[in-house]
Amino acid sequence: MSALPITESDLHAYLDGRLPAARRGEVEEYLARHPEEAARIAAYHAQDEALKVLFDPVLDEPVPQRLLRRPPSLLRHAAIIAWLALGVVIGWVGRDLGPDGIRADMPAWAHRAAVAHVVYSPEVRHPVEVAADQEAHLVNWLSKRLGADLRVPQLSALGYALVGGRLLPGEQGPVAQFMYQDGKGQRLTLYVRTNADDARETAFRYARENNVGVFYWLDRKLGYALSGEMDKDELLRVATAVYRQLNP
Amino acid sequence: MNEFGTQIEQLIPRLRRYARALTGERTVADDLVQDTLERAWNKLHLWRRGSDLRAWLFTIMHNTHVNQVRSRASATIVPLDAEAYDAPVRATQMDMLEIRDLESALQRLPSEQREVLLLIALERLSYEETAKALGIPLGTVMSRLHRARERLRTLLDGAPGNGTSLKVVK
Repeated sequence: MSALPITESDLHAYLDGRLPAARRGEVEEYLARHPEEAARIAAYHAQDEALKVLFDPVLDEPVPQRLLRRPPSLLRHAAIIAWLALGVVIGWVGRDLGPDGIRADMPAWAHRAAVAHVVYSPEVRHPVEVAADQEAHLVNWLSKRLGADLRVPQLSALGYALVGGRLLPGEQGPVAQFMYQDGKGQRLTLYVRTNADDARETAFRYARENNVGVFYWLDRKLGYALSGEMDKDELLRVATAVYRQLNP
Repeated sequence: MNEFGTQIEQLIPRLRRYARALTGERTVADDLVQDTLERAWNKLHLWRRGSDLRAWLFTIMHNTHVNQVRSRASATIVPLDAEAYDAPVRATQMDMLEIRDLESALQRLPSEQREVLLLIALERLSYEETAKALGIPLGTVMSRLHRARERLRTLLDGAPGNGTSLKVVK
């Protein structure tokens, strides 16, 4: 009975123990007749064994604690809620969208601020890019990116501590988001944009999208939007304090 | 959920072994495992109960690794952990090969060849499981496996400290 020629794949399958017994015998006969091939396969075998010698000890190492942390179910819930809320906001805003996708009664940038609030405020592990303990760096960095001297309002007198901030893409370039949090974990975000000179109004405006209230106003070249899931009076109290600090 | 958690935790040592061999550095490897686990938790709903959890995790790790390699293509990674160099040595079984040479030769293989070789020779996945985990055809698995083993042999033959280059292994 003439056997099929031995292929390279046969040799590897032999090595990996993946050949049926009959074929295994044929490969062994072939190797007996071809010592150079046998040497090559022996070298492969030695390599494979060496890999085990080299890396099997990892199996016995204690697993670092950071790999054993299961995500708290709260985190997953928060993420789901954030997405739901975002969907609601988009749906809610979309309700009034004109053909250009812009709401007549709310500027697009204030809407972006509300969406950014909904996206980042539920973040448990990465709410900000630069935390409050590096406040000077945070302000320098964002000022440089926005090309404007930014100031971070201090709201601790109102019960809100600075969490930190991040850079976000706006309509025309970078925008900044600062995040604050009270003792119960309730969060506020202050969205700051540049190039606000296209705007005509400087008054405080208020809009509400589902749970998120937004106060927004323009101040010289900068636009501010303060967002939070709280009632209008409380948000106004904070917005007023922010405005006063920025215009002493 | 808890059943899933327990199964995942039992597989962590194997994920770490594979990641260590794949990346060659302890810290980088554990970062890869951590990212893989986080993705797995987030994609829990995509895992079909009863299917092979280990193969699924290797798939996630593969995708995570590809993304990381791509994003670090121009960056140099400096190991922070000196222990990364403490390769365990059990030389008695290893008369022909220098462990240290093997480690560096392995890292000189193209990443896609290294993955295939490690899944098959170290993790003992079948050829079909490997194809599925990496999302490539079976024929590609075979050709990468052939090239990986041969390339490794050539590298080790020519490795310094291994005597004359291109010596025939008997």
